[in-house]
Amino acid sequence: MPEHEAEARQGSPAREVGVFLRRRREQIAQRWADEPLFRAVFTVSRDEAVEAGRTVADALAEVATAERVVDPEAAGFTLVREQLARMAASRARAGLGTAQVSREVDALRPPVVDLLVADLADAPAGRLRECESALTVLLGTLRLVVLETALSEGEALIDRQRLQLLEVATPVIKLWDGIVAVPLIGTLDSARSQVVMETLLEAVVDQQARYAILDITGVPTVDSLVAQHLMKTVAAARLMGAECVVSGIRPAIAQTIVHLGLDLGTVVTRASLADALAHALHRLGADIVHASSGGAGSR
Amino acid sequence: MEAAAGVDARLPIRSDLDLVWVRQHVRQAAARLGFGLVEQTKLVTAASELARNTLVYGGGGQLTTTRVAHGRAQGLRLAFSDRGPGIADLEQALRDGYTSGDGLGMGLGGARRLVHQFAIDSTPGVGTTVTVTSWAGRPPRPGHPREEW
Repeated sequence: MPEHEAEARQGSPAREVGVFLRRRREQIAQRWADEPLFRAVFTVSRDEAVEAGRTVADALAEVATAERVVDPEAAGFTLVREQLARMAASRARAGLGTAQVSREVDALRPPVVDLLVADLADAPAGRLRECESALTVLLGTLRLVVLETALSEGEALIDRQRLQLLEVATPVIKLWDGIVAVPLIGTLDSARSQVVMETLLEAVVDQQARYAILDITGVPTVDSLVAQHLMKTVAAARLMGAECVVSGIRPAIAQTIVHLGLDLGTVVTRASLADALAHALHRLGADIVHASSGGAGSR
Repeated sequence: MEAAAGVDARLPIRSDLDLVWVRQHVRQAAARLGFGLVEQTKLVTAASELARNTLVYGGGGQLTTTRVAHGRAQGLRLAFSDRGPGIADLEQALRDGYTSGDGLGMGLGGARRLVHQFAIDSTPGVGTTVTVTSWAGRPPRPGHPREEW
């Protein structure tokens, strides 16, 4: 037995696990490469999976040697955090839930424990138990680190999507010379309505629009705050010289607005976007005439 | 009871995002109890107003939704409670156009007109609970004042 291993036997179980992980690094990496977590992430080549396994084993060895097996903030983990995050994210993209990812990380434990038990076959039973327990705790902490990184990835994703929604959901569409429309979709909270107002007013200037149609077909609930936002937008557009028409008022919404006691009397409203467009065209002096009934006879 | 599945719940009201969740839950619960589209929309709108009051004036609180039954009639009861400053003058608060904030002042009075039953319990310094109930179809007690027009 080499000298430093004899020393490890004297040291703490965690230290001994650290020595074991370094000694068996290659075998551990090989076995992990066949586990679902590594196999599914590194689909191109097995060598890549083995290399990733080596990196994780090295990190675990460092954490064990530092005797910080219960500490997810241990320096060793920071080295592999990014890699683990990539792996967890890849599994999440594949449609796995947190519990499944957790199970896959847990599946890394048995192969390592088997190797440890074989290595310490001639050690006292108590010593083996202590080392096995330290290893189990260490791999539990690894699982915590993976899930933690996966969760923070998820939070970052949600933040990005929230910003995307804010922008994507408010296009301004030119329907005709001087007529623009904003199809509103989803919840019209204060932040969204601010974006709507800004993009609409910009479009009014850019397109020299005389009429702006706010279509609320896709707004599920029109309460007093939504109405207030709409009226503010209408008032602002009016100051810029554009008349607003609110369209897409469904029967249930109309009844609700009346019961709620909201007075939309100052706002021009129409049931559908088509009605609103016809209204705006008429006011611009561009009535739509059927070709067969008195058009210019272009047929 | 089977119909109560997904109806009875307790939801936190702590942020704008919670308001979205409140509206969705009330809409789904009302649909499950057989509410028509108009009654659904009315109740969801009332819930939106009351939940926002809980958030803005009550400093946050919670919504408790309960399925209620009266004979064969099924209804949905919503209780919005907060531990905010309370409402000193209920009559004034219910009056259309009155607001202590910067809203339209239509929320509380409007919500009352959108539901079948409306009760408000407020103690200054302790908190406010607004309880509303709507029924799928006709409300069970005939002659109950539900509409003013």
